[in-house]
Amino acid sequence: MGVDRNSMGTAATDLLRLATVGSVDDGKSTLIGRLLVDCEAVCLDHWATLEADSRRLNRQGADLSFLTDGLKAEREQGITIDVAYRTFSTPRRRFILADTPGHEQYTRNMVTGASTADLAVLLLDAERGVTTQSKRHGFIASLLGVPHLILAVNKMDLVGYSEAAFQRIGEEYKSFASRLRISSLACIPLSALCGDNVVQKSDLMPWYSGPTLLEYMESLYIGSTRNLVDFRFPIQLVLRPGPHFRGYAGTMLSGLVRVGDEVLALPSRRIAKVQSIIGTSGPLEYAFPPQAIVLVLDRDIDLSRGDMLVHPRNQPHVARDIEAMLIWMHEQPFRLNQPYLIKHTTNLVKGAFTSLHYRVNPNNLHREQSPALGLNEIGRVDVQLFRPLLCDEYQRNRATGGFVVIDPITNETVGAGIVIERSLQQPQTSPSPDDDAQGVTLQSEGRHHKKRMLNEKAVTIWLTGLSGSGKSTIASVLETHLAEQGHACCMLDGDALRRGLNRDLGFSREDRAENIRRAAEVARIMNEAGVTVIVALISPFRVDRAMARSTIGSDRFIEVFVDAPLDICESRDPKGLYAKARHGQVPEFTGVSSPYEPPDNPDLQLQTATSSPEESVRKVMDYLRMKGYPT
Amino acid sequence: MTFAPSGSGWTSTKDGDVRERFERVIPVFSAESYHLGYLKQLEAESIHIIREVAAEFERPVILYSVGKDSSVLVHLARKSFAPGRIPFPLLHVDTTLKFPEMYAFRDQFCRDIGVYLQVYQPRDALASGANPWDMGTVKCCSLLKTQALLNAIREGGFDAALGGARRDEEKSRAKERVFSFRDSQGQWDPRRQRPEIWDIYNGRINRGETMRVFPLSNWTELDVWRYIRLEGIPVVPMYFARERPMVVRDGHLIPYVPGARLLPGEKPETVLCRFRTLGCYPCTGAVRSTAVTVDDIIREMIANRTSERSTRLIDHDQDASMEQKKREGYF
Repeated sequence: MGVDRNSMGTAATDLLRLATVGSVDDGKSTLIGRLLVDCEAVCLDHWATLEADSRRLNRQGADLSFLTDGLKAEREQGITIDVAYRTFSTPRRRFILADTPGHEQYTRNMVTGASTADLAVLLLDAERGVTTQSKRHGFIASLLGVPHLILAVNKMDLVGYSEAAFQRIGEEYKSFASRLRISSLACIPLSALCGDNVVQKSDLMPWYSGPTLLEYMESLYIGSTRNLVDFRFPIQLVLRPGPHFRGYAGTMLSGLVRVGDEVLALPSRRIAKVQSIIGTSGPLEYAFPPQAIVLVLDRDIDLSRGDMLVHPRNQPHVARDIEAMLIWMHEQPFRLNQPYLIKHTTNLVKGAFTSLHYRVNPNNLHREQSPALGLNEIGRVDVQLFRPLLCDEYQRNRATGGFVVIDPITNETVGAGIVIERSLQQPQTSPSPDDDAQGVTLQSEGRHHKKRMLNEKAVTIWLTGLSGSGKSTIASVLETHLAEQGHACCMLDGDALRRGLNRDLGFSREDRAENIRRAAEVARIMNEAGVTVIVALISPFRVDRAMARSTIGSDRFIEVFVDAPLDICESRDPKGLYAKARHGQVPEFTGVSSPYEPPDNPDLQLQTATSSPEESVRKVMDYLRMKGYPT
Repeated sequence: MTFAPSGSGWTSTKDGDVRERFERVIPVFSAESYHLGYLKQLEAESIHIIREVAAEFERPVILYSVGKDSSVLVHLARKSFAPGRIPFPLLHVDTTLKFPEMYAFRDQFCRDIGVYLQVYQPRDALASGANPWDMGTVKCCSLLKTQALLNAIREGGFDAALGGARRDEEKSRAKERVFSFRDSQGQWDPRRQRPEIWDIYNGRINRGETMRVFPLSNWTELDVWRYIRLEGIPVVPMYFARERPMVVRDGHLIPYVPGARLLPGEKPETVLCRFRTLGCYPCTGAVRSTAVTVDDIIREMIANRTSERSTRLIDHDQDASMEQKKREGYF
C-alpha cells in the first residue's frame, strides 16, 4: 500500500496536504510514524537506524517519533522543535504531511506547517483531555483557513478503549470548536502507539463504526478548497528573451483565464486581451490554479513584478489601509508605527501597524486589551501601506489574503497576517465576550434557542441500497405519510441532488464520498431546523455512511437498509441502467462494476423483494414510534 | 485536455435519466477539467520557486551535481524561463573523483541545452593530498565538498544557490525550509529557521549571507523517476543496470576503477548492477539490479524498501552525520 503500485505516475492522482497539530506529548510524531509504518512507507535501512537510536537512548521498543524528529536535539529531548515534512502515497492519494511541534515556544513552526494544509489532524490525549495548546492550535488552524479538522483522540489504550472517555473529550472540544470557522470536523478514537484505527481498524473499540484515520484522509473531498472563481494572476517575472516576445510569468493563484479574455492590469488599470497562454508543456486554451504559466497579451502595457492581472468585472481590493489578524512570530517585540516589509503575493511593500485593536486569548477566544503582541500571540491590527496592496479577504481567497511581515533590519520573518473584511469589524451588534474572535457573529446561541422552539426530535431516515431496490419509492410514500400527520419533512433523493447541488460530482470513490457528505450536511441543517429528512441514496460504502452518521449525530441518524437481491433489482431496472452497465456503458456502477457494502448493523432492514412499499413504510413508522419519535 | 463546446446534449435531454445526462455533461462542466495531477502540481510548485529566486536575487546559481535530481532541476529551470534561457549559470563543484561517465554526460548535457557551466575544482585541497582513503570520508567530504562549495559560492559572488535536494532523502533534510538561510559563514542553524508560511518566501539577506533554495523539496525519488519518464529527461547511463566490475566491501558494492586502491583480500568481480545515486567513485555504492529502462527502474522502486542514500557511504559516518555536515554548509 506504500505507493501506487500500478501506475507509472501519469494518472491524475490527488495531492492532499495535511498537518498534525496539538499539544506536546499528545503523540503527533508517533502518529505519523505509525501512518508511515503501516502504509509501508518506511525504508528498511531507516527503520534499522530508528531501532538503533531507540536502543541508544533507552526507549522502550522502537520509538516511532524518531522517523520525523530529524534533528539530534529533538531525538535527545524527545520533543519536536521544527516542522518535518514527509510524503507518502496510497493508491488513492498522495500525501504531503507536516509534523508540527506542540510546544508553545515553537508555535511559529506550527504555523509554517499548517499554512498550506487542506486538513489538520489535531491530536488529543485521551488521558489528559483538552489542553490550552490544543485549543490554540485549533484556533490557529481555523484562522489559517484550514478547512477540515480531524480530532484524533489518541492513547485510547491508556483509558481502556472507553467510549465514555472518547465522547467526553470529543464533546468538550466540539463545544470549543463550534466558535471556529471550520467546514468539517470529525472525531476518531485511536492509539498511534498500538496502531488502533490509524490504518487498521481496531477490534478493541467495537462501539466505533466510523472510518479509520487513513480511510478518512483518503476519502476527504478537497476540491472545494480551491478558489476557481476569482481570477488573480500576480506577475512574478517579465520574460523578454528577444525583441519580439514579452511574456508574463507567474502562478495561477485562483480563478480561471482563457485565451481571448479581457484582462485588467492592476494597479495601472490598463486593459488588454490574452493572446496566448504558455503552460509547462506547450500552449493552453485556459489555465487554472495552481498552474505555473506565461501569459502573452495583445498589446504592451505597463506591467511588472508585483502587479496583478484580473478580470475587469471581478477585482480585488486595492487598499493602502487594511485590517488583519496578525500572528507574531518573533522574540523581538511588535512595534507600532515602525516600518516593516510586507510580502504579499509577489509584492514587497513597506508598511506599518498603526493600531492594535485587541489580542485574542486562544483558550477562550476572548478579546483582551493589550499594548503589544508577544511571541506567538495573535491580535487584530490596522496596517497602513506605502503602496496599495491587491488583496482579497483571506476567507475568500487564501492566496491573496495572506501576507508575511519581515523586519527590514534583520530580514527575519516576524509575523504572518490574514486580511479580514473591514465591514465585519464594525460592531453592529453589541459584542459579547463569547463573540467569535474572527469577526463573525456567533450563531450557536440562536441555534440552541431555535432548537428549543421547534421539534427537538427531527431525525434523518437514511435509505441505503442498490439501484432499483426501492429507495425512492419508499421515500416518497414515507414522505406523504409524515406530511399527512403534520410533520415538516423533506426528501433528499440521489437523482435530484445530482441534478442540482451535486452536479459537479461524478461517480469516483471520492466524488461519491463528497456526494454523501453534502447530503449529510444538508440533512443536519434541516434536522436542526426541526425538519425530518428522508435520504434516498445508494451510499454503497460503510465508511461514507459512518461519516454521514457522525455529521448528523448518532441520535438523529436512522440507517435503513433497503435490501433486495441484485438479480431482482436488475430485473426491475427502472432506468435501464443495469442493461447499460452490463454493456460497459456506465462505469463504476454499483452492483455491476463497483461494490456495495451492506450495513453490518442497520437500524432497520426492509426486504423489498417480498413486501410492498406500503408494508415497508409501515415498518419504518412502527420503528419510529417504538423509538419514541413523534409520528 | 480538450474543452468541448457547451450546450450540446445538455439542454436537449429530457428529465429522467440523470445519470446518462450527467455523464454526457462531465467533459464540459466537471471539476475534472481543472484538475492537475500531483506530478504536475509538484512541477508547478518547483517552477514557482525557481522564478521567485530569479526575481529576488542578483546572482543566483544552480548547483549542478550531474545526477538525476540535477537533470530534473535544470529541466524545470528551462521550463521556468521558456521561451527564454536560464538567466544564470550552472555550478559543478568537482572533487575530480567523479566517474568518467559523469564527466562525459555533464559536458554533452550542458552543450545540448546551451547553458553556461562553471566548474569549480578545490585545487588547494587536492594539492595538499585530500582523499578518502587516507583521511576518511568525513574529513575528505568536508574539504572537497563542503569547504569547496562555500569557496565556490564566495568566489563566484553568488547570493542564492538552487539545489536538487529533497526532503525524503534524509530526516534532517525533512526539516529544512525551501528557502534555507545561511549566515556569512555558510552555516545552517536548524534551531533558528525562518517561518515559511504559504508559498510566500522571504528571500531577504544582507551582504555576505546566502540562501540555499530547494525547489524539489516535496518530491520523492519515485516522483523524480516518474517525471524523468513523463518528460523524457536524459540522465547518466550509470543509473541503468549493466555488468560492471565491482568490489564487495562491508556489504556495499563499490565500483572498481582501474588503478583504485584495494584493501587486502579484495578482488574485482563482474556484477549486474546499477547506481541509485551518483557521487565520488570511492564512496558510491551500487545496487544489484536488472533495471535497464526508466520503466524498469520505476517498477523496481515501487517494490523497493530501502532508501536511496543507503548506498552513500558518507551518510553513515557518525550519528546525525548529515545534520552535522549541513550545519557546516554541506549541500
